[in-house]
Amino acid sequence: MRKEMLTGNAAAAWGVRLAEVDYIPVYPITPQTEIIETLAKWISDGVMDSRYVTMDSEHSMLTAAGSASATGARAFTATSSQGLLYGFEMLYAVAGWRVPLVMVNVSRGLSSPITLEPDHNDVLAARDTGFLQIHCETCQEVLDSILMAYRLAEDERVLLPIIVNLDGFYLSFTREPVAVPDVEQVRNFLPLYQPKHAFFKASQPMAQSAAVLGGSSYSYFKYQMHMASQNALAVYKEVCDEFETGFGRNYDTIEGYMLDGAEYVLIMTNSFSTLGKAAVNNARERGIKAGLLRLRLVRPFPVADLKAAISRKKAVAVIDQNISIGKGGILHSEIASCLYNEKHRPLLLSFIAGLGGKNISPDEFEFIINKIVTGVDTEDAGTAQLIYTDKEWQEMGRLKRMAGKG
Amino acid sequence: MAGNGEIKEDGGKGVKDMVMERIKSIKDIPPEENMLPGTPACAGCGGLLALRHCMKALGRKIVIVNAAGCFTLLTIYPYTPFKNSWLYTAMACAPAGAQGIRDALDILIKKGRLDPEEDLKVVVLTGDGSAYDMSLSSTSGAINRNLDFYYICYDNESYGNTGVQWSGATPFASKTGTTPPGRICPIGSELAKKDLFAIWNSHKPPYLATISPAHPVDLINKFKKAEQYKGPKLFIALSPCPPGWGIDSSYTVKLAKLAVDTGVWALKEAVFGVVTHTVVPKRFKQVEEYLQVQGRFAHLFKPVRQEAALNKIQEEVNEYWNRHKLLL
Repeated sequence: MRKEMLTGNAAAAWGVRLAEVDYIPVYPITPQTEIIETLAKWISDGVMDSRYVTMDSEHSMLTAAGSASATGARAFTATSSQGLLYGFEMLYAVAGWRVPLVMVNVSRGLSSPITLEPDHNDVLAARDTGFLQIHCETCQEVLDSILMAYRLAEDERVLLPIIVNLDGFYLSFTREPVAVPDVEQVRNFLPLYQPKHAFFKASQPMAQSAAVLGGSSYSYFKYQMHMASQNALAVYKEVCDEFETGFGRNYDTIEGYMLDGAEYVLIMTNSFSTLGKAAVNNARERGIKAGLLRLRLVRPFPVADLKAAISRKKAVAVIDQNISIGKGGILHSEIASCLYNEKHRPLLLSFIAGLGGKNISPDEFEFIINKIVTGVDTEDAGTAQLIYTDKEWQEMGRLKRMAGKG
Repeated sequence: MAGNGEIKEDGGKGVKDMVMERIKSIKDIPPEENMLPGTPACAGCGGLLALRHCMKALGRKIVIVNAAGCFTLLTIYPYTPFKNSWLYTAMACAPAGAQGIRDALDILIKKGRLDPEEDLKVVVLTGDGSAYDMSLSSTSGAINRNLDFYYICYDNESYGNTGVQWSGATPFASKTGTTPPGRICPIGSELAKKDLFAIWNSHKPPYLATISPAHPVDLINKFKKAEQYKGPKLFIALSPCPPGWGIDSSYTVKLAKLAVDTGVWALKEAVFGVVTHTVVPKRFKQVEEYLQVQGRFAHLFKPVRQEAALNKIQEEVNEYWNRHKLLL
């Protein structure tokens, strides 16, 4: 084991290298490309023994990754944003093939307007596909999550593909010290993939991904996927424990930050959670009992862990770095549905922030936390708040005048 | 290409060291059936007949990678008519599915995790809607990467499985659900059939051929020849479609034969881009003979004869064969 200063993308590439992946079909897209360039160089240099092919689109890339996985190889691929959506049809298809593909998504806001910096509309669009989802805050977590993802996906009780998500720019291009484990140590944790269910070989012909006629067969296979995803909650805990035993780092389905004794809780995901933790520190200094819950496992949704962590809090604010146009924050809705039938449940507030990489400043966090406190006092959660500062409003006015639309 | 079976035009580009045995008559067609009867395909499906012959040529050690189309319904859980493996992908990406399987087999064999005896030929199977339109990009990519695979396109000249709508393979003046002849547009489809053979051939693949279910000897020999090349081996089968073409299901073979005899469907092959015609009618029949027996062209004859359209179709066929200096 050694420590290196790695970007989120480089950490992802290290995870793939250590997992000794057999097959990597790729297609470039910002901000993911550094991952596939890093892997290409290692393969060219002979330090990785994988087959690597640049496809003609993300749709083809996902198909090739899925079909290689269905043949019995350990496969990896990576994308972002528009690429994820371009390949979207195959997310559902590959999940239905019940193959343990691991894919990294480097989050980036969706067009239109076309942009580069992150929010989570891309990855959350994939929430219903059957892919499990692990969302990362740090570069170390990216590397570790890829190793955990293969263990989880390849488990006979799960057999579903997994997306490991990290934020574009804020994490993909940020260097942090990362412990890079030895490959022998990884092999102990993640043995060779030996498929028992899906493969292609001459001696055992197999029809995979056959059509079904009628809702009965269709429902059966969809229910199977849902139950496998539910199984993944328990399997995740086992994988988590074994990972901690092997590598000394623990990653539960959710991460609590100063949650003990907290009355007011922020819920966030991914790299902006770091900003939220700083805001919690500031609030504590002001005497407000704040805490933060970071949702790490988004699919399957860790309902029991969430309930246990927040149902007795005074108030919870979900900061969604995404927007379901016409409804509001996606995670807010999901968390609300977990809590609805609880006897004790907190006031639940909704904030939209950080879209397209928009910063969430300390002042904005202070505004959010004040809203939580007054919400409790007035027993009014209000409607979803679209966070935007006066300064941004004025600047946008200036841009509009330049555009002749003032 | 002379009929002696010697492979000459290799140029050192991936030709395996062997001389193939050409068959001479229908009696020499392998008797083994690798696709069993009882599929839900329409009676008289020309594509299915072509596929049956292709399967005889390919043998059982194959995996078919399918795109959305009529033949997706050949394998309906828990049934399959095939003695070989199968993977349904989606409409646009069967060649990409083939890439993943080929690469996975190769690396698993290389790493010693799969016995080389377990290796499979990878065979893409799509209709014309996928081949001519939606999967052009993924096919171009696969050919360009010199993927070692077969591609069989059953070309029934429409989106047949959705009930016969216009596709890039639909010929000029054909009636489909989305090109209905009417007062404003009496011709039906106003666009020409795409030349997929030329599009694919621009990549100079090792082997590319058109085939016909009415010419099984030519079909089998093309597969035999193709087998020697590592890389893309591509086949386009003109496939009469009784419901789509408006013909009786007993007319499939007759129509497939007429398409060749009138020069509408040129049986040919290309090796690394060099085109040779394999069946050239001694005397071409008039295209009208082919058109007038099909419901999809009935509007060209009744209620009024659309002379200009009929001439245009004949002229284009003549122009093709003139260009290739084969019109005697």
